[in-house]
Amino acid sequence: MAGPILEVRHLSKSFGANVVLRDIDFTVSPGDVTTVIGPSGSGKSTLLRCVNLLETPTSGEIVFHGQNVAARGVDPTAYRSKVGMVFQSFNLFNNMTVLENCTVGQWKVLKRDAESARQSAMNYLEQVGMAPYINARPRQLSGGQKQRVAIARALAMEPEVLLFDEPTSALDPEMVGEVLTVMQDLAQRGMTMIVVTHEMAFARDVSNHVVFMADGVIAEEGAPAQLFQNPQNPRTKEFLSRFRNA
Amino acid sequence: MDKLIQLGSDIARLWAAHGPNYLLGIRNTLILAIAATAIGCLIGFLCGVLNTIPYTRQDPLPKRFLLKLIRVLVRAYVEIFRGTPMMLQAVFIYYGLPYFTDGSIAFKGMSGIWMASLLVVSINTGAYMAESVRGGIISIDPGQTEGAKAIGMNHVQTMTSVILPQALRNIMPQIGNNLIINIKDTSVMFVIGFIEFFAQHRNIVGLNMMYFPSASIEMIGYLTMTLTASFLLRWAEKKMDGDANFELVQEDALTMSAGTYSYPDKGTPFDERSKEYTGKGDD
Repeated sequence: MAGPILEVRHLSKSFGANVVLRDIDFTVSPGDVTTVIGPSGSGKSTLLRCVNLLETPTSGEIVFHGQNVAARGVDPTAYRSKVGMVFQSFNLFNNMTVLENCTVGQWKVLKRDAESARQSAMNYLEQVGMAPYINARPRQLSGGQKQRVAIARALAMEPEVLLFDEPTSALDPEMVGEVLTVMQDLAQRGMTMIVVTHEMAFARDVSNHVVFMADGVIAEEGAPAQLFQNPQNPRTKEFLSRFRNA
Repeated sequence: MDKLIQLGSDIARLWAAHGPNYLLGIRNTLILAIAATAIGCLIGFLCGVLNTIPYTRQDPLPKRFLLKLIRVLVRAYVEIFRGTPMMLQAVFIYYGLPYFTDGSIAFKGMSGIWMASLLVVSINTGAYMAESVRGGIISIDPGQTEGAKAIGMNHVQTMTSVILPQALRNIMPQIGNNLIINIKDTSVMFVIGFIEFFAQHRNIVGLNMMYFPSASIEMIGYLTMTLTASFLLRWAEKKMDGDANFELVQEDALTMSAGTYSYPDKGTPFDERSKEYTGKGDD
């Protein structure tokens, strides 16, 4: 396997006096499915948003294929087109149909022609089971359907890494199932993913690396089997106790 | 009742004598109002976009300075043109330009009057629209911008493909307001000699003193224009919203209409095609 795709080095982020992330380090290799778990407010989402440069890190480096993209003077748009993101609130473009949502990035950013953009979009929409809905507008879809379209939109850019920011937190249990199935499918196809989630079963069964965050630091990380069955940090034990007893 | 009949016949007489003049006035009013509203919208959108270019503390100083300067200039433009009467602006610009250039540049002849009127009404509308557009842009959920950024769009792409179309939809009522206000308020352009609907009234009653019948024609004329405008704008809004329904693209129309449909080959996690479905309790 080649070197790591993405390395986060000494990443810190503060909003004013409020320090949200402290000296975060982790590495993502091609094909890795990394889940980030932890209590609300521990900085998981901020970490993911920093990785995609939606938030500017206060200090530290984000190294993508050996280049620090968080450095001054680096244009984030080219980098963002290679790193997909799926949001908790879907963020589908409300003024476009499902198909347009999946093609607009391809022809505006990747400069593909309309026909190949359409074909590629259809391919990914089929993969997430949303191909029949290409003419629908986001407001006409259920939450789970929207999230599947959002995943197809991210995939249509053919990203090297896909980031998921609590993709199922806004969904009812039935819809959670349909979105998780799509994500599991992606993981099996070898997609490199970083997933911030509260779905412990997904972290345990699908990912190959789990990062547990608490109070803005990585409290513990490791293989899911080890972290779930034998957590070392008392904070991790406490957090997982409810899940393990369930 | 007699009076009404008399009014009717007066109007008919007026119209027979001056109908083409009234119609010419209506034509000029509509051309000026529509063109100025369109240009004003463009100015407003330009200002709105310039005003919302994001910058952070990490950006280089010249960039930050430039963006700050743009915001100050746009703000000054908005405040000056929103804060003074349009009639005065017309006089100010129409006579100000030759004053400053010693007559070498002036609005000459009829085309000059058209130019000056269009300029004044456009920048006036632009000043109002700049604020409406700014409001329209900030009313769009920040998630839309983030979604666009996340697929690698830059500021201009994000604006033109995602934010402005939605902002435009949201400020359509404002654009309608401006169009209707312009249809009526272009009448003040008579101060620089622009011949529109109301100016025709002044000319015609100057000849025959039939103030009230002429004013009645004006009332009906303006109302017809504004009602048509608001009807067309409502229709445009409806058009922009698109269909309330959408067509499923599929071979078998019944499979998916039950709402349980989820994946073509795997099914939902809860039906018999799914791997997770064990069939427990069925047999």
